[in-house]
Amino acid sequence: MKVVRVGGGQGFWGDDPDAPRRLVEGGPIDYLMLDYLAEVTMSILQKQKERDPKAGYARDFVGAVQSVLPFVGRGLKIVANAGGVNPRGCADAVRGVAPDVRIGVVTGDDLLGRLDELVAQGHQLANMDTGAPLSSVRDRVLSANAYIGSTPIVEALQKGAQIVVTGRSTDTALTMAPLRHEFGWGATDYDKLAAGIVAGHIIECGAQCSGGNCLYEWREIPNLADVGYPIIEGSPDGTFVVTKHAGTGGRVSVHTVTEQLVYEMGDPHSYITPDVVADFTTIRLAQDGENRVRVSGIHGAPATDKLKVSIAYRAGYKAVGTLVYVWPDALEKARVADRVLRERLDRLGLKFDKILTEFVGVSAAHGPLTPPTDAPEVQMRVGVRAENKAAVEGFSRQIAPLVLNGPPSVTGFAGGRPKVEEIVAYWPALIDKRVVQTTVTIV
Amino acid sequence: MRIPLLDIAHARSGDKGDTANVGVIALDPKWYPVLAKYLTRDRVAQHFAGVITGGVDRYELPNLGALNFLLHGALDGGGTLSLKTDAQGKVFSTALLRLVLDIPDAEVP
Repeated sequence: MKVVRVGGGQGFWGDDPDAPRRLVEGGPIDYLMLDYLAEVTMSILQKQKERDPKAGYARDFVGAVQSVLPFVGRGLKIVANAGGVNPRGCADAVRGVAPDVRIGVVTGDDLLGRLDELVAQGHQLANMDTGAPLSSVRDRVLSANAYIGSTPIVEALQKGAQIVVTGRSTDTALTMAPLRHEFGWGATDYDKLAAGIVAGHIIECGAQCSGGNCLYEWREIPNLADVGYPIIEGSPDGTFVVTKHAGTGGRVSVHTVTEQLVYEMGDPHSYITPDVVADFTTIRLAQDGENRVRVSGIHGAPATDKLKVSIAYRAGYKAVGTLVYVWPDALEKARVADRVLRERLDRLGLKFDKILTEFVGVSAAHGPLTPPTDAPEVQMRVGVRAENKAAVEGFSRQIAPLVLNGPPSVTGFAGGRPKVEEIVAYWPALIDKRVVQTTVTIV
Repeated sequence: MRIPLLDIAHARSGDKGDTANVGVIALDPKWYPVLAKYLTRDRVAQHFAGVITGGVDRYELPNLGALNFLLHGALDGGGTLSLKTDAQGKVFSTALLRLVLDIPDAEVP
């Protein structure tokens, strides 16, 4: 039976830049899948494109292609959503390091230029979580992209693309599309498409399914320094094995894979994608030898007639300042410092939408669930956000003075004033599928 | 018998907007029926009272020996808006594992 190997070499933009090369050189894989886009990544890329029309894609991808280029000449294919808000610009940059490679570019997900037209046609693009109308943030929108599925990627592969570059493809489509292409799965082979989606979900966060961030027997996971990135061995019937190259660190077990399956899970009965709705409650896992997990039994149902849209908008400013208070009475000193700081901010007339104080080392992670301790040191961490940049800047000037004019036993203030950052927030919405037309170009 | 969840389950958590999800997985399949029966939506909502501002949803995944909880209003707005250290809900997993279940001795596997 034909087996197709898809390796997941990048779990987000900022993941280990050397992971793709290690995955490709470490043993046989047919497809290298690289996922670069998180919810807010598109807006960061949009800001970069505003400054430079040639930018707006994940630049790390160019280095990744360069690092595995000899293998592309020998049949390796690469599928990546590195295109961000500028897939063509990304393809041009890849062309610069890989002049003889056929590159498929998927476009059509970018709705920014069509937003007003779409709203005028009656597409509300209301916030999925709050129900608020898009008009409440329209003048602050930075980017708007529909999450697109596997179909245009399959089309690019059918046209002979060796590298496929997309914009806002779903993470899971990047893995499912090569399997669908190789095995000829149709648009109504729902169980198989759903299996491809589950395979994609397992490897879309890179090593987080192969021993990284794994709580189960975490001390026993070997050699994380050389952790193996995950590989799907797909079969035509939709079953697959999750594994990693022999000799690498980390672990692939029913436990590591289950932890990744539940990561960022909503309603497991309906994991909605543009291609299919996958039922995660039907998944069956079985250990199939060392560092091999067999996955089977997956059911899928027809997709909905909507696509999710990721909209990013400017939402004011924020800054976070920290100081470390030390034994004795570390927590009490930190609490006094917080009170003093807030009084000073009040006296300066600075208004914030939110001010949040955490005591790192005591209660930042688990809040009131944390049992009391006599902490040897406590980091006071104060964050503010406001529409008004000047208020946040005013806050940022009030942290360091506490070292000399606040409670004692304080340290950890190196690095200057807290950085004032513009907040780019995420606005999830739905749109009718029929208004989003993707295009595949081979360059 | 009082059984800390930490002794019978492992977990991973993540985010979707202002909602954190926690997948709780039986360390051994024999513990799944105990989790399914006693780790109820109300029990988890009570555990996180004062920590989250919204409600709790609960889903069962018997094939995986797991339960999935959605904790709404857990992340101070979520994503880039959040001022929390754990803006992406990465450690709600172990926060849930602090919960201690009361199980009748006869039902301890």
